[in-house]
Amino acid sequence: MFIRPRLRIVPDGTRIQFMRGRFMGLIVSAILSTASVVLFFYPGLNLGIDFSGGIVLEARTQGPADFTQIRDALAGAGVPQQGVQRFGDPSEVLIRLGNQPSAQATQQMMDRVRAALDQKVPGTRIMRTDTVGASVSHELFRNGLLALGISLVMILVYIWFRFEWQFAVGAVVTLILDVTKAIGFLALTRIEFDLVMVAAILTILGYSTNDKVVVYDRVRENLRKYKTMPLRELIDLSINETLNRTLGTSMTVFIASLPLALFGGESISGFAWVMLFGIVVGTSSSIFIAAPILLFLGEHRLRREAAPAPVAIAKEAGPAPPPTPPAKPTPAPPAGAKAKSAVRTSPGRASR
Amino acid sequence: MMYFSRLKTAVILGACLLGAIFCIPNMFPAPAAWLPWRIVHLGLDLRGGSYLLLEVDMQAVIKERLNGLLDGVRQALRPGQIFYSTLQAEPEQNRILLRLRDPGRTDAAMAALKPLVSAEGPAGTPDLDLASQPDGTITLTLSPVALNARAQGAVQQSIEIVRRRIDETGVVDPQITEQGNDRIVVQLPGIGDPDRIKQLLGQTAHMTFQLVDEAANPAAGGPPPLGDDFLQMQDNPAEKIAVRKRVDVDGGDLTDARAATNPQTGEWVVNFSFNSIGARRFADITRANVNHRFAIVLDGKVISAPVIREPITGGRGQISGNFTAASATDLSVLLRAGALPAPLTVVEQRSVGPELGADSIRAGAISLAVGFVLVIAFMAVFYGLFGWFANICVVVNLVLMLGVMSLLQATLTLPGLAGILLTLGMAVDANILINERIREEQRNGRPPLSALEHGFTRAYSTIFDSNATAFLAHVMLFAFGSGPVRGFAVTITVGIATSLFTAWMLTRLLVSRWYAATRPRLLPV
Repeated sequence: MFIRPRLRIVPDGTRIQFMRGRFMGLIVSAILSTASVVLFFYPGLNLGIDFSGGIVLEARTQGPADFTQIRDALAGAGVPQQGVQRFGDPSEVLIRLGNQPSAQATQQMMDRVRAALDQKVPGTRIMRTDTVGASVSHELFRNGLLALGISLVMILVYIWFRFEWQFAVGAVVTLILDVTKAIGFLALTRIEFDLVMVAAILTILGYSTNDKVVVYDRVRENLRKYKTMPLRELIDLSINETLNRTLGTSMTVFIASLPLALFGGESISGFAWVMLFGIVVGTSSSIFIAAPILLFLGEHRLRREAAPAPVAIAKEAGPAPPPTPPAKPTPAPPAGAKAKSAVRTSPGRASR
Repeated sequence: MMYFSRLKTAVILGACLLGAIFCIPNMFPAPAAWLPWRIVHLGLDLRGGSYLLLEVDMQAVIKERLNGLLDGVRQALRPGQIFYSTLQAEPEQNRILLRLRDPGRTDAAMAALKPLVSAEGPAGTPDLDLASQPDGTITLTLSPVALNARAQGAVQQSIEIVRRRIDETGVVDPQITEQGNDRIVVQLPGIGDPDRIKQLLGQTAHMTFQLVDEAANPAAGGPPPLGDDFLQMQDNPAEKIAVRKRVDVDGGDLTDARAATNPQTGEWVVNFSFNSIGARRFADITRANVNHRFAIVLDGKVISAPVIREPITGGRGQISGNFTAASATDLSVLLRAGALPAPLTVVEQRSVGPELGADSIRAGAISLAVGFVLVIAFMAVFYGLFGWFANICVVVNLVLMLGVMSLLQATLTLPGLAGILLTLGMAVDANILINERIREEQRNGRPPLSALEHGFTRAYSTIFDSNATAFLAHVMLFAFGSGPVRGFAVTITVGIATSLFTAWMLTRLLVSRWYAATRPRLLPV
């Protein structure tokens, strides 16, 4: 416990052929993402007050809340009651009302709810009131989307800058698939989609990129190391080599988020559940989506046609295998592929 | 790579110590005002309080400016006997439209209007655009630059007035800041129910003293006579009263207003006093209109319309009008603080009661503790000694985060607490990458020192790349987010930065010290 590691997540030197499942992975992902897009339109996201505007009141009753009594009280005051729901604890009530035509109307509506609760359900305390005007909610929504969009573009540019474009495209396509699934998850669970959820999705984006970078980094390194290994084997090797990293880093963030989902309270647990979902999706997509995309995009570009005799996948794999001279440009790769060598071989970069 | 000079060691440890020192102010109240006592503030969602987003009604600002201009145009054209068929404000187009009866006098009119244009814009740009057409149509358009300056001025002035009004209510530590072009953010710690403050901010409180036109009778119906307005009575909206449009004395000339009770009747009144200009005008008016009525008008409604019994020359007066203790106090507050240049609307409100805030803190603390234990245990089980190095770094990272956030005087919100927890998980990720790399290098046959060297060097680029993208995403979140979500973005960005430091510097230092002390033949990774 204190000196030597007790457990390994996966044993060293695994040889799982992940790329065999690449079609399966992509198909499953495509189905899930399509389903998510469908869910996005029907039933759609449960927009929180940040994006829908309106009024939210959180109240705590003495003892378990009597919903019939509360609904009656509100009905008596002419307040629509379809928005009354339980919120976590049995004594917590959430009252949601739609957008009011003006700030004055909003204030009046709030006053009415308060007065009704005061009279008919004595002992009720208002814990929280949020009101968001229509113009503000539109702005918040636009800003949320902007933050997501710009982040995606920045990630694309960054990875493009640090890796080859195939990596960047692979990462961003995967990220978009990840995000759609998170949206599908939100639509399915009816967790409210608000600004905090945008934060969760952005965190998933950043986090999922971490994961992809770990695998991609190894692919880049192996591309320099094994000059002639077919890309498919090379990607499999890279995933296997980094499996402990990918899983380990995901597990730490997972176990850090778990208590938040369990004990964090109603207002933050939605965030945590989305995070947990995103971590699982992000980790699996690093292996089953991002890597296959890289394989498809890079098959003829990152690597020439597979050399007939790949260098043995050396267990020892010393510091650096004897540099195989960059093979003479083999006759033109299939149509479309540029003859340009995309592999950077400058020693300066390789030693980083 | 694994060698640390004394200086470097001192710098690294010094940085950690500094972080710890910056945390100290959070534990004690400031002993003296002059000390730079920078602490992490709890967000309103944790300590309880209200956040109000107010919008300044810019259309009203423009309208008022145009109405002022209308008067100016009338007065400018009078001496030259220039007659017009139309004179109207068109607020949608930010302009005034004037149509002359005699198009031949256009030049004379333009000359008469010229003095209205003043160079109030930056760099002396004119604030008005005068244009004429051969058919005798003249437009006076407010220039965008001047409009902007005016809007800016209106927001600044509103902030000042809002601050004065809120200060009068005794709220501790309110924060009032500008947002965008026409918005004001008001943060009220500890105020879970901001209704009274919203009421105070919801009135422009523009008070005027105008004479009552006793000849006109609003009840007779029909439009008000020229130069009059029919205004509602404050406490009886059905009753209207004919008031002269001319403003005799303006509330801006008030120096003080206090709520009090009238010793004879016991009813609540507001006593006020004027500055010297106001006092002189008030004296003149009351002297000339003894036994006539004058109206005290607040935001277009008549509070009361008493009969002037005798000239009031002392510059002091009293408003009575069916007040309660609360409404008299509120009115006096409004009058003391001054009028808003334009109406304010609450476009967003977030209020959290202190009870809910305390619940959130408790839930956050429990989650944080459980998450911390889980992460520490995970690293210990899966990485042994090197896991404990990582764990030391996690603790230091927490301290550094708090230190940096104190230095930035950042705000800790509920999502921010979640951010700390996530940072816990992500901080050890860098260590996992390092440990795995060292392990790999050792398995590839490197001797310990060389494995360490390569492990750290090679893991670095991965760590940097993976954190950079997360960093970018959260900077965007900060830029576009608002409220508690910004708190989340701050904690995560700070956490990423400090965890890079601890993973890259501190872990390496710890490992190198340990290696120098034990010289193991095999690394226990």
